Amino acid sequence: MLQVRDLSKRYGDRNALVDVDLDVATGETVAVLGPSGSGKSTLLRVIAGLETPDRGSVSWDGTDLSSVPPHNRNFGLMFQDYALFPHRDVAGNVGFGLRMAGWSRPDINRRVGEVLELVGLAGAEQRRINQLSGGEAQRVALARTLAPAPRMVMLDEPLGSLDRSLSERLIVELGEIFARVETTVLYVTHDQEEAFTIADRVAVMREGALVQAATPEHLWASPAGVFVSDFLGFSNRFAAIAKDGRADLGWATVPVDVPDGPCQVVLRPDALVVDDAGNITVTVIGSVFRGDHYLARATTESGSQLTVSMPARPRPGDRVRIKLDPAGVLALVD
Amino acid sequence: MRISWSRLGRASLVLVPLGFLTVFYAYPVLSILLTGLVRDGSPDLSPFRAVLTSAPLLGVVWFTLWQAVVSTLLTMIAAMPVAYVFARYRFAGKRLLSALLTVPFVMPTVVVATAFLALLGSSSPFGINLNRTIWIILAAHVFYNVAVVVRTVGGLWSHLDPRMEAAARSLGATRWQAFRTVTLPLLRPALAAAAAIVFLFTFTSFGVILILGGLTYATLEVEIYRQTVVFLNLPVAAALAIVQLAGVSVILWLYGRYQRRREVELSLMPAESVAQRPSTWRQRLVVGSVAAYIGVVAVLPLGILVARSFDTGGSGPFTFYRTLTDGSGSTAFVSPLEAIGNSLWIAGLATIIALVVGMAAAAVVAYRTGRASRSFDLLLMLPLGTSAVTIGFGMLVALDWPIDLRAHVILIPLAHALVAIPFVVRLSVPVMRAVRPQLRESAAVLGASPARIWREIDLPIAARALGVSAGFAFAISLGEFGATSFIARPDTPTLPIAIFRLLGRPGTLNFGQALALSTILMALTAAVILLVDRLRLGDVGEF
Repeated sequence: MLQVRDLSKRYGDRNALVDVDLDVATGETVAVLGPSGSGKSTLLRVIAGLETPDRGSVSWDGTDLSSVPPHNRNFGLMFQDYALFPHRDVAGNVGFGLRMAGWSRPDINRRVGEVLELVGLAGAEQRRINQLSGGEAQRVALARTLAPAPRMVMLDEPLGSLDRSLSERLIVELGEIFARVETTVLYVTHDQEEAFTIADRVAVMREGALVQAATPEHLWASPAGVFVSDFLGFSNRFAAIAKDGRADLGWATVPVDVPDGPCQVVLRPDALVVDDAGNITVTVIGSVFRGDHYLARATTESGSQLTVSMPARPRPGDRVRIKLDPAGVLALVD
Repeated sequence: MRISWSRLGRASLVLVPLGFLTVFYAYPVLSILLTGLVRDGSPDLSPFRAVLTSAPLLGVVWFTLWQAVVSTLLTMIAAMPVAYVFARYRFAGKRLLSALLTVPFVMPTVVVATAFLALLGSSSPFGINLNRTIWIILAAHVFYNVAVVVRTVGGLWSHLDPRMEAAARSLGATRWQAFRTVTLPLLRPALAAAAAIVFLFTFTSFGVILILGGLTYATLEVEIYRQTVVFLNLPVAAALAIVQLAGVSVILWLYGRYQRRREVELSLMPAESVAQRPSTWRQRLVVGSVAAYIGVVAVLPLGILVARSFDTGGSGPFTFYRTLTDGSGSTAFVSPLEAIGNSLWIAGLATIIALVVGMAAAAVVAYRTGRASRSFDLLLMLPLGTSAVTIGFGMLVALDWPIDLRAHVILIPLAHALVAIPFVVRLSVPVMRAVRPQLRESAAVLGASPARIWREIDLPIAARALGVSAGFAFAISLGEFGATSFIARPDTPTLPIAIFRLLGRPGTLNFGQALALSTILMALTAAVILLVDRLRLGDVGEF
């Protein structure tokens, strides 16, 4: 297993990594989630040995890797823009790592065919790199990373430069491929849906520091703070004062399990449900069509603004009754 | 052990070019300074006094200046319509015309000069004898340099948004006002660059003037040659070389200052979206006449050269070529044919030297950053600003110690390599820089050691630059005349030297053989350039 301890790295006066501790168990898929500039890529580069940390250590199964150069670490790294070798064809790219490892020609050819089939590009050996579409280049890059069967695969925003519909399809395929090759995966992304789809555990980073590492379910249920909650896209957040296990939002009183004092109350999307028997009335301002539902912006009688999922198209000015489910209420103290 | 080897390797990347430039460039140029400024260990300015008090020598300085100014102006005027048409219009045959236009520029000066002798010399097929007049010199200079201006100015022009001119027109400017107030100022950096290059080339013009100017006209370059070879007056030659070095430095300094002051951010467009098909009869006329103009001007002199090399007045079309081999009317010591062999092996050797030194230097410039690397880059470009004659002359006065290289034929490929190195560096650095760091990192993560990365990633990508550089170095060496005229030994003439000697002899046969040899040199150069061009075209869409 991978063990990252106390990792710190500065570029000039910018902190790229601050005391990062992270374990990735063998066979586990961990997604590193964070906005751009949060240090995710630096973390991968340090683990790969492409950057030297100022402090801290990277080790595998208890062996410190500080003095092991990148080409001897046996970690696969797939770059954001793939970094395919323009002067080699698909087979030349995919078989590169095998050639470095001293495989024989026939073995390389067999393995290249195998891996290309795995990523859905069987028979693409002779194609030129500049003739590949974005999605194909991504598959070739993945095949190149997987071919030498590295003990861990790291991917830096592998779907970052693809359009939305393509990346939504590919993320599922990626998950299936990882399951089939049973490898350890460290997956960097800024997209929480991607992270939740692929990962056993998600590690959220902010300004070089690891904020929270947990399963997607745990992260969803109890984000460790305002940053994580905002980053997960929970848009209904209100400042309130907790007193005796309750907090008054002005238009509703909700149960909170934080000590008395100022806190932030987050209402997850499942906390607000349209219900004719509900005791809260909101006025619709506008709405967005989301396929199976409408996401409406609405205001309460006391003037607070909410985002509520609605089954039918609301018109601006409509008055809608909603119910508040205490199970979807989170209280955070930063 | 491994570490010390790689450190040695890295050090040699710097030391090989540095050593080469020190011995074969810095030391000779320094020796010129010493020859011109010092006599018997004490400062002596009498050579300069000789230059400044001699009316003929002052005349040389004055002629060098004004012919360069006039040549530059005429070249700019001739090139602007061509640059305009190439930038603004798409038409059939554009690529062919562009290639034709570039042909004169890559041709050796001796070939161009011989072609103009064939076209406008004493035996001109049109009956126009301009030999030993200023007109034939100016014509040759314009012919030679038009491509530089078209490439430089047209290159920028083809990316200028034509809507800016349209906006000016819609605001009430006439066609001419729009050009003068919008386009021309925007083109100014390219115009200045082109003018500076053409001025530099014509200011240091040697072969063209030596061959076409006779005894009437001499630039500083030609005079340095005469003072050295004819009058054996090395101090005066050195003083002239110093005057010329100073002149070149002033031009480069002025140009550098001008460019720094005028850095305007331009929003450039892809050339494809700027160029239009000519649609009105007026546009078709403009495009058509420019195409015709290129056809005539770029092809005529070289065409006449080839045609006349076969026109022997009834003794069989290959007489001039045949007599090259059988020694009848041979140049002093060797048959002209032998000159071809000399040129080929010298060019081969010069190419190897230029590649070894130039690629090492390019690797340093491409991969290292910081002040030291930038000064190194600048140092590498110095030979480009130094005339070939200065380099040849410098080698002649300097390289007699510790071993006397002056009499050794190896000096010729060394001098040619020195001329070619700046080109090798300039061609290779961008290609080497284009290898993105992620490619190397990818290879590292896939298990490639640093040495393996160089072999697997950098080298294959640099191979194309290597091929193109090799072609250019070879072509440069084939045509090099200025430096070679100082250091070639009588028994090992190169092609340009043999042609020059033949031109200096009376008689139809000698002139015919000069035409034949020039045609051969032209064909060799064209073949090399075509080969290089194929390599470059292969690049499109690859990287």
